[in-house]
Amino acid sequence: MTKKSGKREKTIMDSAGIDLALARIAAEIIEKLGPSDEFAIIGIRRRGVHLASRLAAKLEAILKRPILRGILDITLYRDDLTTIGDRPMLRETSIDFDINNRSLVLVDDVLYTGRTARSALDGLVDLGRPRRVQLAVLVDRGRRELPIRADYVGKHVQTEDDEFVEVRLMEEDGEERVIVTRR
Amino acid sequence: MASLSHKDLLGIAQLSAGDMQLILDTAAAFKQVADRPIKKVPTLRGKTIINLFFEPSTRTRSSFELAEKRLSADVLNFSASTSSVAKGETLVDTARNLEAMAPDIIVIRHGSSGAPQLLSQVCRSSIVNAGDGMHEHPTQALLDALTVRETKGRIEGLKIAIIGDIAHSRVARSDTMLFHKMGADVWICAPATLVPCDFDRLGARVTGHIEEALAGADVVMMLRVQHERQAEAFVPSTREYYNLYGLTRERVRLAKKDAIVMHPGPMNRGVEIDSDVADAPNSVILSQVTNGVATRMAVLYLLSGNAGLKPGRPSR
Repeated sequence: MTKKSGKREKTIMDSAGIDLALARIAAEIIEKLGPSDEFAIIGIRRRGVHLASRLAAKLEAILKRPILRGILDITLYRDDLTTIGDRPMLRETSIDFDINNRSLVLVDDVLYTGRTARSALDGLVDLGRPRRVQLAVLVDRGRRELPIRADYVGKHVQTEDDEFVEVRLMEEDGEERVIVTRR
Repeated sequence: MASLSHKDLLGIAQLSAGDMQLILDTAAAFKQVADRPIKKVPTLRGKTIINLFFEPSTRTRSSFELAEKRLSADVLNFSASTSSVAKGETLVDTARNLEAMAPDIIVIRHGSSGAPQLLSQVCRSSIVNAGDGMHEHPTQALLDALTVRETKGRIEGLKIAIIGDIAHSRVARSDTMLFHKMGADVWICAPATLVPCDFDRLGARVTGHIEEALAGADVVMMLRVQHERQAEAFVPSTREYYNLYGLTRERVRLAKKDAIVMHPGPMNRGVEIDSDVADAPNSVILSQVTNGVATRMAVLYLLSGNAGLKPGRPSR
C-alpha cells in the first residue's frame, strides 16, 4: 500500500457495498422524515444524479408510491468562478415541481470541503423556500472548509488533502466502485 | 471543463463549430433561469459590464442589459448622444477612459464596421460586438441558431433562406457564416442592388428570385429593408419591393409544411413581411427575443474569465 511506484489506488467500496449503503440511506430517510412526508430527491450533477435516481427507485419500492425527482446544477453558484480561468460547463437544472414547503433530500457522491453543498443550498433558495433540506452522500471524506454536515452517509473515510476520492458509477464510468487515489 | 479560448466576441468569423456548439448548449441551460421565481443567479457578482451604444437600439440593448442583470453583474449604460463623444472625443479615447474604470466586459454597438476590433486591441476588458456597421452581429446569429436548433432539433442539413436587404445587414453576414459553418444549406435572396458581391464566399447560394429561395426551405429568415441606411435608392419603391420580395401567405406555402418564419426585428409589416405571416403559429419571432437573453447570458458567462487574454487576429 505504501508502494511508491506510480499512482496508489485503493478500493474502499465495491458494487455490493454501494448498493447496500444506498439501501440503508433509503431506510434512514423514511425513518427520519416519516413515511407520509411527500419529500423529493434532488441529485447534484453529475454523479449525484445517478445516485439520486437509484435512491428514489429504492424508496418507491418501499413506500409503493412515486417519489419526485429533480436535478440541480450548481455551476452558477460556485464560489470559485472569479479565481478559476476556465468556465465550468453549465448544464440544465431540472426541478419541475414546486419546492415550497416540501422536504428535500440533496444527493451527492462525495462530501469534502462542503462548498458544493453550500452552492446547492444557494441554488435551491432561488427556486423557493423548502420546508427542510437534508443532505445524503455516498462518501464523507472529512476535511470540511465550511460548517456543513450530511444527514445520511454511506461511508466515512479519513483522507488527506492530496488524496482523491472517486466514485465510479456504471452510468458514467462503466464500472462500479469507490476508490481513493493519491497524486 | 469547457471554455471559450477567446478574449472577445467580435464576430462569427472567429468561432469554430465547436465554440458555437458550446455557446448554444450553455444558452440552452441558461433558459431555465427565466422560468424561475427568482430570475437571477449570482454568477457574475462583482463583475462590471459597460454597455457602449453608439447607435440607437432597443431590443439588443435591453436584451444585453437584462442578461447582465440576471447574472448579477454591475451594469453601466453609456450612449453616444449623452457622452463626450458628442463633444468630439475619439472612440479609442472614450474606450481608454472607460477602461480606466476597470470594467470586465465592454459591450459595444457602433455604426462603423471594425469598431469592436479596434477596442479589443487597446482594451484589457473582453469586448462583445453588439453590432458593428455592416460587418457582424454575432449574438443575433447565435440566438437565431438557438431558435432553429430548438424548433428543428438540428441545424445541419436544413435549407435556410435569408431574404431581404442583405447588403446593409450585419445579421445576414453573421447568420450566413454561422449556418454555413454548422452545415446548413444557406440561400440568400434579394434584388441585385442589395446583394454584396462576396456572399458566395461566405458559403451562401445567391438568387434574385424569392420562389427559388423559398422552395423546400426549412427556415425562412426575413430581413428589414433598412430605410435609414439607404441614402440612395436601391429599390424603386417599397410597393415594388413588397410585390417581388415580400413574404406573403401564398409564398410561405412554397417552403416546407413545417417551415418556421424568423425576423431579427424591427419588422416593417407590409413591406418585407405580411402581418398574418408574422403572427402565424409557425412564426418564431418572439422566441428569438426570449432566446436572445439566454444567448447573451451564455456569451457573457463564457467570456467572463477571459479579460486580459491576448486579443485575437483581425477577422475579415
